[in-house]
Amino acid sequence: MNTSTEKKLRKAVALVSGGLDSLLAAKAIQDMGVHVEGINFFTGFCVEGHTHAIRKKDRARPKRNNALWVAEQLNMKLHIIDVSEPYKDVVINPKHGYGANLNPCLDCKGFMVQKAYEWMQEHDFDFLITGEVMGQRPMSQRKETMPVVSRESGAGDLLLRPLCAKLLPETKPEREGWVNREELLDYSGRNRKPQMALAAHYGFEDYAQPAGGCCFLTDANYSSKLADLWQARGEKTYEIDDIVMLKVGRHLRPRPHFKLIIAREEGETNFLKGYRKRYISLNTISHTGPIALVDGELNEEDLDLAARLVARFSSGRDAGSVSVRVLQKDGASSTLDIIPMPPSDIPQDWYV
Amino acid sequence: MSETELDARGMLCPIPVIRTQDTVATLQAGDVLKVYCSDPGVVHDIPAWCRINGHKVISIDEGDEEILVIVEVGAD
Repeated sequence: MNTSTEKKLRKAVALVSGGLDSLLAAKAIQDMGVHVEGINFFTGFCVEGHTHAIRKKDRARPKRNNALWVAEQLNMKLHIIDVSEPYKDVVINPKHGYGANLNPCLDCKGFMVQKAYEWMQEHDFDFLITGEVMGQRPMSQRKETMPVVSRESGAGDLLLRPLCAKLLPETKPEREGWVNREELLDYSGRNRKPQMALAAHYGFEDYAQPAGGCCFLTDANYSSKLADLWQARGEKTYEIDDIVMLKVGRHLRPRPHFKLIIAREEGETNFLKGYRKRYISLNTISHTGPIALVDGELNEEDLDLAARLVARFSSGRDAGSVSVRVLQKDGASSTLDIIPMPPSDIPQDWYV
Repeated sequence: MSETELDARGMLCPIPVIRTQDTVATLQAGDVLKVYCSDPGVVHDIPAWCRINGHKVISIDEGDEEILVIVEVGAD
């Protein structure tokens, strides 16, 4: 039988984005003798990985999954969970609306905390922690919205935010003495100097820089492509392939019922080639040039227009005639000889 | 001890890591998992995931268009 003097090892699950704040929050709780494991969610909109893996110019960059890097720094297990399917509802129907772009930050935070809370219960952990800092983000990390996340996620006072806990009401882990409130922090605002100083104190270097966040939905160009996709389909739906595709290539919509995804360089060409059984594709054969995928249905006139556009981005852009191969999804191919479209004939609003 | 194959070709990170994680969860210590991938990010990500979760990367074979990562499941 356990004696009352024996202290139970408490377990916390930390939401790990791969950024500095979640690293520091998990470290602070680890240092209080709590067993911490990380959880990282894959939504499909994560900036990590995808485009770096596709674009040839980025291949020389050191590739690192920052969430895994954080876990290694803390000698902590990390569970990466694919939530891309249930996350669709967050993106499509955000109860609290969007931010400056199609970023549903408050709904997103509530969703992730809810998923982490469910995981916590399933795995017999005691509480969960995030790297949130009061006032750091305009939607999800405000004094007014932090209780909303705690409440709507179901986590309630089992959600501890170590970096700003002293500015918030006491949570159960503090009340029960699982962590020491006095050792928690009172960070607020967008100034990141305190976090950087704490990172230096712990000896962390080479952590991910926070600028731009970790989600494509905060990016204006990306959001505009997603909005275009929804408008063209007449409904707010997407599949994972759609949202990956929005990160790749140059997108032109010359007609409401179709758009072209034109590779910008060799890495993207190689990537798009993998989709030739799912999309009609075009590429120039008389001249070097990129591959283009067609999203939508084409009639004969559309096909000619598409071929002329693709030729404009080939080395034959100034040629009198360029041969373009059209490859159907079933492998059937045909060739069109066309005159490349002059750049001045391409309206700016065709560029999505 | 069993040998299992996972086809993660055409998938971009972190999906190959997630598929590796989910498959390893169904295996026993000492079992071997061969992961076929195309995203060069796996060369860093799968070993990092193995290190923090107590598994061993036996080999990484990088071909022109395909990468084979062989993992031995550790005891948890």
